[in-house]
Amino acid sequence: MRLPLRGMVAVLEWGLLAALLAAPLLAQWLAAPFWLDVATRLAILALAAVGLNLLLGVGGLASFGHAAYLAIGAYATAIPIYHSLYGGGGWLATDNGLLHLLLAVAAGGLFALITGALALKTRGIHFIMLTMAFSQMLFYLLQGLETYGGDDGMSLDVRSQLPGLDLDDAAQLHWLAVAALVAGLMLFRMVQRSRFGLVLMGCKARPERMWALGWPVRPVLLAAFVIGGMLAAVAGWLSANHATFVSPAMAEWTHSGELLFMVILGGAGRWLGPLTGAAAFVLLEEWLSSLTLYWHLPFGLLLIGIALWQAGVLQRGGRP
Amino acid sequence: MSAEAALIITQLLNGVQLGLLLFLVAAGLTLIFGVLDFVNLAHGAFVMLGAFISASIAGMLQGVPGGWLLGVVLMLPLLALLGMALELLLARPLQRAGLTPAALHLAQVLATFGVLLACSAVAMMIWGTQGMGVVLPGWLRGQVALGEAVQLPAYRLFIIVIGLMVALALHLLLQRTRLGMQLRAVASNADMAAALGAPVDALRVAVFALGAALAGLAGALMVPIAEASLGMAVEYIIIAFVIIIIGGLGSLKGSFFAALLVGMLDTLGRAFLDDALAAVLPLELAETAAPALSSMSIYLLMAAVLIWKPAGLFPPPTRGRH
Amino acid sequence: MPRKFPFRHLASLVSAGVLSATVVAAAAGAGAPTAQAQQGTDADAREVRIGFVTTLTTPAGIIGRDMVDAAKLAIEHMGGKMAGLPVKLIVEDDGFRPDVGRQKTVKLVKQDKVRFLTGYIWSHVLMASRKPALDAGAFLISANAGPAPLAGKLCHQNFFSASWQNDQLPMAVGELMNRRGIKSAYIMVPNYTAGKNMMAGVMRTFKGKVLGRDLTKWGKDAQLDFSAELAKARASGAEALFAFYPGKAGVAFLKQFEQAGLKQHMQLFTVFMLDALSLPKLKQAGMKDILGRQSPHFWSPDLDNPVNAKFVADFREKYGRTPSFYAAQAYDAINLIRAGVEGAKGNLDDADAIRAAMKRADFGSVRGSFTYGNNHFPIQDFHIREVVQNDAGEWTLRTVGRIYEKHQDPYAKDCPLK
Repeated sequence: MRLPLRGMVAVLEWGLLAALLAAPLLAQWLAAPFWLDVATRLAILALAAVGLNLLLGVGGLASFGHAAYLAIGAYATAIPIYHSLYGGGGWLATDNGLLHLLLAVAAGGLFALITGALALKTRGIHFIMLTMAFSQMLFYLLQGLETYGGDDGMSLDVRSQLPGLDLDDAAQLHWLAVAALVAGLMLFRMVQRSRFGLVLMGCKARPERMWALGWPVRPVLLAAFVIGGMLAAVAGWLSANHATFVSPAMAEWTHSGELLFMVILGGAGRWLGPLTGAAAFVLLEEWLSSLTLYWHLPFGLLLIGIALWQAGVLQRGGRP
Repeated sequence: MSAEAALIITQLLNGVQLGLLLFLVAAGLTLIFGVLDFVNLAHGAFVMLGAFISASIAGMLQGVPGGWLLGVVLMLPLLALLGMALELLLARPLQRAGLTPAALHLAQVLATFGVLLACSAVAMMIWGTQGMGVVLPGWLRGQVALGEAVQLPAYRLFIIVIGLMVALALHLLLQRTRLGMQLRAVASNADMAAALGAPVDALRVAVFALGAALAGLAGALMVPIAEASLGMAVEYIIIAFVIIIIGGLGSLKGSFFAALLVGMLDTLGRAFLDDALAAVLPLELAETAAPALSSMSIYLLMAAVLIWKPAGLFPPPTRGRH
Repeated sequence: MPRKFPFRHLASLVSAGVLSATVVAAAAGAGAPTAQAQQGTDADAREVRIGFVTTLTTPAGIIGRDMVDAAKLAIEHMGGKMAGLPVKLIVEDDGFRPDVGRQKTVKLVKQDKVRFLTGYIWSHVLMASRKPALDAGAFLISANAGPAPLAGKLCHQNFFSASWQNDQLPMAVGELMNRRGIKSAYIMVPNYTAGKNMMAGVMRTFKGKVLGRDLTKWGKDAQLDFSAELAKARASGAEALFAFYPGKAGVAFLKQFEQAGLKQHMQLFTVFMLDALSLPKLKQAGMKDILGRQSPHFWSPDLDNPVNAKFVADFREKYGRTPSFYAAQAYDAINLIRAGVEGAKGNLDDADAIRAAMKRADFGSVRGSFTYGNNHFPIQDFHIREVVQNDAGEWTLRTVGRIYEKHQDPYAKDCPLK
């Protein structure tokens, strides 16, 4: 019973990845450019979710502020572009995409390092609330940046310039996003299978024992937290180039909640889980909201159903 | 009394009333989370439903004296029923699924967020997207003079009274009754309490009923100063969680003082922060920094408290789940 | 022994199953338009497709409903045709979120291939949608939001406003305060861009002293309680309080202003708080203080011109309520599009002719006559309206005077368009 099921899931997930890769061709073939836009968005969200999966699935850290890194990556792209177009900003002013990427990763890593060091003094629900608090602080900070549009956010009038790539071309941007996603997945796989990953899993399951064995539990968790944040910051860099728009709303707690749901939907800790989760989330939202204004009702019921299913309640007909 | 002193006293009273209003929002959550360790995001939906249902009943009773109060009172048992349904249909099966504590919390978050979304959609079907208001009775519409220069809206005084009454009633219930003793026993170790003969299942249902009714009460009391609206489902859930975390999970006393602290900090920040900053910063900068800082203030407070005392300000002495 | 994530593969299978169903449905959905696309651009040219991005869910959904109803009425009034071509209105909900608004805009231009986009209540949604809409060559017509950048340096030849620029109304309020002889004022606005625009606008024209300003918390957990600010305002001793709180926050603000008993101490001046959406709710809450309150706007349901009379009467008959200014703007936006389509004699590929016709603004507007400035924002009159109880017992607005004649926004000079 178990094996064929697992096989089918694998086929579906690899099929999904293949479909993402082929999306620009499919979109052209079906004359559905809008669905390419959806696919790119999906790949970007999946990348952010991969970062969160590393925290939640491997390290057991439920970060409720992961959307902050999307916002950081996006603003790290938008601010240099703004200055390169409208002057000011000194060394920040550049339209060089590689520098944007570098800045996004550095800023995301730094934010993760500082907030992670503080948040990791706690566990469980307290950790959830602290990560949420830091992302809310970032939200209000971005809202106060009047130069960069404040609450209205800011549009990017040009995209990042990359050697040999034209991000204004929807297909090239999409492939870049998919390449980043694949790289993120490989990194996840590498980390998960490394010694570091094993220690990380140990820290999730039995932190006291790991500590007693002499492992530096908190630094290990912090390292995972920083890697996860950097992956999401890369997603933010892609997101700014895809949407050509950034706003403080990207950092809001509801977005962090969505990322968490994507990871849980796909199965926390599963390698391709974030991809499945993000796809289910994005496509369901797109599909249900096109059916009815009241799409939150079926969507909410489905979440309840999935929670009960994952807990094994439905399979037993509610009997303990 | 000088004008400055009067303003300071007024602002302190404003802080107290906001704190007590926030306590009402958080009280139901702290019961369900504190006693049963159940993360209930649907709490926000209960706040919203309490507001809409009480406003609808008050609307039907328009012209009847005391219609608004009657609406609030009649709403409470309906919300209690909803709370019971949540326990029986969702919380109990999840509890018995035998998950690890961390996996159980995630399942609760996912499921109750689903409840929140579904309730919002149902509320939108029933009441539409426009909000609903109520007519306050005359005696709650005026102002009450406390001394010569301090004036408080009568309704705010009413909120202070209700908030204190609820706090006192909950305190007595938990500390002075047999039921309360059993609840505390369940909170510290449910298995042990069951082994010693406490009716754990019935207690769980009771806690959910009480928690939902309290959430409904908070929502209903907000209608006269704002309105019943769909946004209530998500607007107050975060601040309620912030309060129970600052206070220490499972501590009613903690929630009470944390709510007052948050209400006071929020009010005083809004009242005096810009002037205070203007004393040390250029005016332009102070004017933009003050609102950002005061918006962040509750999150800064929570972060500071948790870094200083990771279990919150008043953690209950024993909590036997780890 | 606690179990770890049981049946997670089954759960994934469910997700994946739903997913593949959606993909198939999407492919089928995408296939259908392909069939149409085979018939080529003929279909595009034979139909005027208008994308309408607005807010239908969340508490702000009440605004979107009013706008969509008005847009449908406008299309009905023109017999469902512009220059002989059938009109197709495609409505999308932005959920009050800029990212969702952008996605819907992309869908409308890429999948539905609309030539015209309108709706847009919020400036952040409009700003997020601007580039995908204009890059696709569509005409973008704001039916409400009027952020400063779009009136100034980011103005665009294919962007038009059917409403106003953010600064104009508060400027009119500042003028009204001057006329009333107000010497000192306190300002309260929410801490976001439109709030700051309102504050800047009123300070541009108000000649008295500003004794204090408060920017209050805004966003998902917006401020519920204004008592601290109201106490400060009263203690400042200012003669007047200027406030801007759109949507449900406005109702909360007015209630708390009344409950605090501030009307004995200071006069209240507001923008965007007293309209056909909030007045029924204020009446429901028994807030009699509102009657007689005045606020300026470019439009009022009793504005005396034949187009407006027909619009208001038919709207009331069809939907059983008085239209708000949001509805009036949506009605005008559709009529502006018609002017463009008719100016190009139905040739939707002739963007220059459409633009030139729209810029003439000689369609029958519910606001009477107006012209467009170089930045495609209206140069229009602003009236003073007073809240009154009509014969049917409803609370509504009555025009009592004019505050500005042919008023242009202050950003037009920054716009490079001629």
